[in-house]
Amino acid sequence: MSDQQTEFDTVIETDQRIEPRDWMPEAYRKTLVRQVAQHAHSEIIGMQPEGNWITRAPSLKRKAILMAKVQDEAGHGLYLYSAAETLGVSRDDLLDQLHAGKQKYSSIFNYPTLTWADVGAIGWLVDGAAITNQIPLCRCSYGPYARAMVRICKEESFHQRQGYEILYTLANGTPAQKQMAQDAVNRWWWPSLMMFGPADDESAHSAQSMAWKIKRHSNDDLRQRFVDMAVPQAEILGLTLPDPDLRWNAERGHYDFGPIDWDEFWRVVKGDGPCNRQRIANRIKAHEDGAWVREAAIAYADKQRARQTATRERAA
Amino acid sequence: MTEPEVKEQARREWPLWEVFVRSKRGLSHGHVGSLHAADPEMALRMARDVYTRRQEGVSIWVVPAASITASSPDEKDPFFDPAGDKVYRHPTFYDLPEGVEHL
Repeated sequence: MSDQQTEFDTVIETDQRIEPRDWMPEAYRKTLVRQVAQHAHSEIIGMQPEGNWITRAPSLKRKAILMAKVQDEAGHGLYLYSAAETLGVSRDDLLDQLHAGKQKYSSIFNYPTLTWADVGAIGWLVDGAAITNQIPLCRCSYGPYARAMVRICKEESFHQRQGYEILYTLANGTPAQKQMAQDAVNRWWWPSLMMFGPADDESAHSAQSMAWKIKRHSNDDLRQRFVDMAVPQAEILGLTLPDPDLRWNAERGHYDFGPIDWDEFWRVVKGDGPCNRQRIANRIKAHEDGAWVREAAIAYADKQRARQTATRERAA
Repeated sequence: MTEPEVKEQARREWPLWEVFVRSKRGLSHGHVGSLHAADPEMALRMARDVYTRRQEGVSIWVVPAASITASSPDEKDPFFDPAGDKVYRHPTFYDLPEGVEHL
């Protein structure tokens, strides 16, 4: 074994962090690029389902909060693209790969936001599932990714609370509002459970990622943790979760839950969810419509620099 | 500009900047992350929007990432070795007689 490999293994084993310019196995680097890019893409695609409701938020307060949240998602995308760039890839290339469908984003964002209550359900369930996934990533073996996750987790907790508050308000409103909240929860519950990824025995990358301490817990463990937290929260909302098999198992000390429709999961992953095409089309359009701004800013910066150089030369 | 030059211009990525934030008076600036921007003013403005959305800072530095000279991880052992055998630089190295105070 090479000295470099031994050094790398020691860092992982002793729970230290790998930093950008350290030697790392090519497969470790590739796994991280794939995961961090997918995570970054999810943040910016995730702006779309919620952005859909900014103009129709029911009050100025809700609108300001939602804008702050969507702006946070853009910020999270930036932290993560920056982390990916420390692995030697360019942000433009990552965006090209997203647009070409060569890199994925979380499938959850391929579901539509049909009512205002969906904004609440996304905050509570989708951000809740994301937080459950992300808290262990704060201890990920790759330093820049772990540091980005620390910032993100701090900010996400506001997201989850604002969603829960929206649902709580609706659930205690008129019967129609309560029904709207229940309908949103019915539609977002199962896709949220799918966010943790395939069951452990079906998950392609899990074992290696755990060995490298990129991942700290298995998909199924995290999913169970999320269900255990969500059930009592749903009770306080006065809403039900759409699973007839959901019940406390005193022996295990966990909630049992029904089977997940993995056919649906794979259908959405492979591109046939309700909004896959629309999300990518919007993203490409935003990117192309912004091209002139990026070019103009570069041209302006070039011109300013040239002018400064000329002034300096004249003075010399 | 010819067409390929225009394309080339469009493909030019905004340069990368490293961002340092002073979280409050009395503390030094610390590295918080990086971002892309066309020029220093834009880098500062974006750093404010990205890294101090929740009043995390009272002062920001942005530095072109390309201007940073860093020590090489490959040479880190020889580079930092000279400090390794100089334990006498730490106060704990010294034996003091019983009872001596304020030292």
